[in-house]
Amino acid sequence: MLTRRQLLQSALAPTHFPASARAVIFLFMPGGPSQIDLFDPKPELRKWHGKPLPVEATKDLKLAFIKPNANAVASPRQFARHGGSGAEISDLLPHTARQADQLCIVRGVHTDAFNHDPGELMLMTGSMQFGRPSMGAWVNYGLGSESRNLPGFVVLSSGAPPSAGTNDWSNGFLPSAYQGTQFRRSGDPILYLSSPEGFTREMQRSRLDVIRRMNEKRRRETGDPEIDARIASYELAFRMQSAAPELLDLSSESARTLEMYGVNREPTHQYALHCLLARRMVERGVRFVLVSHGSWDDHNDIDKGLDKNCRITDQPSAALIADLRQRGLLDSTLVIWGGEFGRTPMTQQQRTDIGYGRDHHPNCFSMWLAGGGIRAGVTVGKTDELGLEAVEDRIHVHDLQATILHTLGLDHLRLTYPHSGRDFRLTDVAGLVARKLLRRPPA
Amino acid sequence: MMAPAIFGVAFAAAGLWSLQPVQRPLAPADIDGFIRARLTREGLKPSPEAPKRVLLRRLSLDLVGLPPAPEEMAAFLADTSADAWARQVDRLLRSPHFGEKWGRHWLDQARYADSDGFRSDRFRPHAWRYRQWVIDALNQDMPFDQFTIEQLAGDLLPNATGNQRIATGFHRNTLTNREGGIDPEQFRVEQVIDRTNTTGTVWLGLTVGCAQCHDHKYDPISQRDYYRLFAFFNEADEDHMDAPMPGEWGPHLQARPEYDRKRRELLAAKNVPALQAEWEAGMIEAAAHPGKRLDWDHAFDDLRTDCEDGEKILRTPAAQRTRRQSKILTAYFLGNYGRVITRERKEQLQFDKLAKQLAELDKTLPALSEAPVMRAHARETRLLQRGDYKNPGEAVTAALLPLLPSTGVTRPARLDLARWLVSRDNPLTARVIVNRIWQEYFGRGLVRTAENFGSQGETPTHPELLDWLATEFMDGGWSMKRVHRLIVMSAAYRQSSITRSAVDAGNKLLARQSRLRLSAESIRDSALAASGLLAPDIGGPSVQPEEASGRDRYRRGMYIRQKRTAPHPLMVNFDAPSGYGALCRRNRSNTPLQALNLLNDPAFVEAARALAKRTEGAEFDERLNRMFALTLGRAPDADERAWLRAYLEQQPPAVAWTGVASVLLNLDEFITRE
Repeated sequence: MLTRRQLLQSALAPTHFPASARAVIFLFMPGGPSQIDLFDPKPELRKWHGKPLPVEATKDLKLAFIKPNANAVASPRQFARHGGSGAEISDLLPHTARQADQLCIVRGVHTDAFNHDPGELMLMTGSMQFGRPSMGAWVNYGLGSESRNLPGFVVLSSGAPPSAGTNDWSNGFLPSAYQGTQFRRSGDPILYLSSPEGFTREMQRSRLDVIRRMNEKRRRETGDPEIDARIASYELAFRMQSAAPELLDLSSESARTLEMYGVNREPTHQYALHCLLARRMVERGVRFVLVSHGSWDDHNDIDKGLDKNCRITDQPSAALIADLRQRGLLDSTLVIWGGEFGRTPMTQQQRTDIGYGRDHHPNCFSMWLAGGGIRAGVTVGKTDELGLEAVEDRIHVHDLQATILHTLGLDHLRLTYPHSGRDFRLTDVAGLVARKLLRRPPA
Repeated sequence: MMAPAIFGVAFAAAGLWSLQPVQRPLAPADIDGFIRARLTREGLKPSPEAPKRVLLRRLSLDLVGLPPAPEEMAAFLADTSADAWARQVDRLLRSPHFGEKWGRHWLDQARYADSDGFRSDRFRPHAWRYRQWVIDALNQDMPFDQFTIEQLAGDLLPNATGNQRIATGFHRNTLTNREGGIDPEQFRVEQVIDRTNTTGTVWLGLTVGCAQCHDHKYDPISQRDYYRLFAFFNEADEDHMDAPMPGEWGPHLQARPEYDRKRRELLAAKNVPALQAEWEAGMIEAAAHPGKRLDWDHAFDDLRTDCEDGEKILRTPAAQRTRRQSKILTAYFLGNYGRVITRERKEQLQFDKLAKQLAELDKTLPALSEAPVMRAHARETRLLQRGDYKNPGEAVTAALLPLLPSTGVTRPARLDLARWLVSRDNPLTARVIVNRIWQEYFGRGLVRTAENFGSQGETPTHPELLDWLATEFMDGGWSMKRVHRLIVMSAAYRQSSITRSAVDAGNKLLARQSRLRLSAESIRDSALAASGLLAPDIGGPSVQPEEASGRDRYRRGMYIRQKRTAPHPLMVNFDAPSGYGALCRRNRSNTPLQALNLLNDPAFVEAARALAKRTEGAEFDERLNRMFALTLGRAPDADERAWLRAYLEQQPPAVAWTGVASVLLNLDEFITRE
C-alpha cells in the first residue's frame, strides 16, 4: 500500500492499480439539468399531465419548494434513438446525440441533497459540509500534476457561477497546492499572473534571478529544505507566466476546429472556448479540468431555460468528445457531464405570467461519461415510469466518485488524508466502484 | 476512580492518556529541564542560542505578528543588561498588537467570518464586535476560565454585563443557510450540531461529532452522551443587542428624537403602517392555511429564509417589537410587498423610492455598534436517530460527558457546562490549550494532533512537560500571558533554527527551533510595516482594502472582510481558514500561486514602491542597509550587496529601487520566522 509520503514525493506517483485515464474533464452543469427533458424520457407522464401523481409514489419525496401533490408535467421534447446502441437523447441535444456511440449515459444517479450548496458539495467533495477537498484536489494529491508549467487542477466557469462558489474546487484541508486554480475570463487568466506595470519579462527574470540567488544562499546557511520548495515554486510561477498565455493563444488551432466547438460565435463562444481550453490543458498535462456552465435551475419557464442552455453547451460538449477522439486523447481522458441533481416530474408553477418549471430532484438523474476506460455506446440504469426513483443500477454520487478515482488508478478507500482526528477520503464512508460503467480489460 | 497517569502508550479508550488527571511532575521544574532530559536520553544536544537579531524578529513576529522596527532592534542590540530579553518579552506582551496576533489564532478556532456561508452568503455587518471582544480580552489577559465561561455562557452570568453577552458571539460564528426551500428547523439543528462539535474540538480536543449518528467508534462517547451535550446548545437561541463602543451612546441618543420624527413622517406619508399591518395579517393567514394563495405561500416561505428572524418578528405583536425588529420587518415589507400585489399597484406605491429616502435618513443617525449574541431558550431535546432532524428518538436532558469527572451539579445548565470545561479536575482543557499555544511557537504541538486528544490522536512527545505547562496554566490563575512568557523565556524557544543534522528530521525533540512560514495575515502585515504603509489601528469593523482609500487600505490582514464563499486571494493562497469550522492547526503550504501573489499582486507592488520611497535620498549602501533593516532586521553581506547592485544597474532607473524592495519582500527569509 502506498503511503501518503510516497504519493507526495513523486510528481508522477505510482497508482494503486493500472489506470485507464490520465486526466479528467468534468463538464459541470450546476443548478440541476432536467433528466426528463434530456436523457430519460417518461412517456407515462402524459397520462398524469396536469394531475397530481399517486400519493403512494410521492409521499416520501424530499422537495425543496413544491408540495408532493403538485401536478405532473410531461416533457414536450421529442426523443429519438441514436447511434448503434439506440441511445435515447432529446431533440435539445442534436450534437451530443451524434456522439451517442462514445457516451455512457447513466440514468440511475442519485444524491442525498436537495438544495444547491449541499448538492454541489456532495458531488464535488463527497460531503454536504463545507470545507472538504474537491475531487480535483484529491486527484492531484493522489497523482501529482503532469504539467511542469501549469497548475494540476484548473477551473473554467461560464454563465452563472456554481452556487457553492470556490468551495466546489477548494483544497479543503489538503495543502493549498492542490486547490483548483480558476482561470478568469477577463484580465489575467490566473490572478496576479502579469508582471507589475513597468516590469518587462526580462526584468521579471532578473528579479527572480536575484531572489533565487538570495534564497539559495539562505538555504545553504539554514539547511532548510523548505527553501528548495520555495525556489521551485518561484520557477513554476515564472513558467506559468509564459505557459498560460501560450495556452490561451489559439492561433495554432485551425478554423475548422474553432468552428467545430463554436468559438467566436454566439451563443456558444464562452463555453466553447472553455471546452477547447480544456483539451489544450489536458494536452499540456493538466490533471483535472472543471468546466462549469450554469445555471440549470429551471424552477420557472423550463422550456425556455433548457433551450438556452442546450444551445450554449450542446455543440461544444460534443465537439470536445469528437476532438479528443480524433487526437487519440479520448482513451486517456475521462469526460463527465452532469449537475448536482435532477428535476421533478411535477411542475412548479410559481407565477401565472411565466412558464412552468421543475423542482430539485435528488432521487434520480442522468449524467454521461465518455473516454478514460468507460464503456462507450451504452445506457446504464433505469428509473421508474414516473421518473421518481432510480430502480436499476442505482449509482450514488459516492459511487460515481469511486469510479472516477478507479479509472485514474486510485483506490477510493486508500486515498486518505488525516484531518481533525480521522482519515478522510473523497467518498466519505461510502462508495462502490460502478463496474458496469467500466470497459472490460482486453482479454 | 481514575487510573494513575501513564503516558506515551497508545491506550484503549478507558485508559486514554489525555483523560488521566493532570499531575504536576516532581522534577525538573522548567521547560528546558524537560526538553534537555529527553535530548540527553537520545544522545542529542540543544542548539546554541540564535543571534540577537534573529531572536527579536522571532519574538516580535510571534507575539505581535509584526517585524521589529529598526529602532526597536537597535535598542535591543544596545541593551547588554541581564534582563534585556525579559524586557523585550514584557514590552511585546503589553503591546495592544498582542491581542491581534493571538486573537487571530483564537478566531481560527472560533470559525470566525463576516458572512453567513452557503449560497446567499450574506454579509454579517456586526460580526466584528465579537472579534473586538476577543482582542480586548487577550490584551487584558482575561483568565482563560473566565474567557471560556463568558463565551459559552456569558448571558447566563448573574447580572451579565454587555461585554459578557457580546462574548457569546463565539457561537454566532456558525454558518447560516438562507437557501430557498430549506426547512428552518433543519438549519437550526445543523447550527446546534456545529456548536456542540466546535465546543468539543476547541476545549476538549475531542471529535464528539462522531457520535452524532452512532456511538463514537474510538472514544468513549455514546450517541446518548452526544445529545445530552447537544441539549446545552439546543436550549439557546440567537439574539441581537446594541453593543456600543465607547463614545457612541451620547451622539446617538441626542440625534434620535429628530430621526424618529422624520422616519414616522416618511412612513405615514405612504400609508405604510396601515398597509404593513394588512400585509402582516395576510402573511400570518398564509402561514396558518398554506395552499390557499400560492403567491402568499411563497412570500411567507421567503420571509422565513431571507429575513433575519423574519417569522419571529412577524409573530411578535407590533407593540412588543424592539426598535431593531420593527425596522427589519418594515424594511423587508417595503422590499417585498410587491410580490403579493399587482405590478400596477407596485409601480404606483414606489416603495423603492421610500426605501432610498429611509436609507438616506439612516445616515443622519450616529450608529450604535451591534452584536450577535446567544440567549437561553427552553426547548425539549430528543436524540436524533442517525443524526436526522426528522427522525427524533428518546427525550434527553442536558448532561456533561460522563467520560470526564463530574462537577456534581444535578441539572446542569450551559453555565455549568462552561464551568466544568475549566474546572481544575478536567484533564483536557488546560492540556489542549497550552498545546495549541506551544504549537504556534515551535511549529508543532507537544501533541501534534492539536485538534484531537482522543484515541485517534497522537500521544505527546513530552508528556510531563505538557502536564507541567497545564499545571502552571491552571495554578497561575489561567493567565495566558503567563504561559506565553514561560515559553518565550525558555532556552528551547531561543535556540537557533539552523538544521544541524538529519537526526530528528521532524524536530520532535526540539534540538533546535523551527523555521516557520508566516501566516497570510502576518505576510501582509510585515510588508505593510516594512514599507511604512501600515495603519496600525486596533479593532473596529472589517475592511475591503482593495476598494478603500486612506487608512482602511492599509489595515492589518485580520481586519480584511472574510466572505466565506469568496475569501480574499491572499488568505486562500497562504492557508488562512475560510471559517467553515473550528481550525486548530493551519497548513503551511508552498505554491507557485504564492509566488505570483508576492511578485505581482498590486498590494505588494505598492508596498515595494513605498519601501523604495521610504528609503529615498541615501546612497546605495545606506539605502540598502535601511531596506534590509526594515524587512529582515539585519544588514546585507558583501555578496548580497554585490548581487543587488548588479541587479539595480540592469533596471530602468524609475523602477530600479522598487525592484530591489520587491526582491526583499519576496525572499523566503522575509516570509519566514526563523
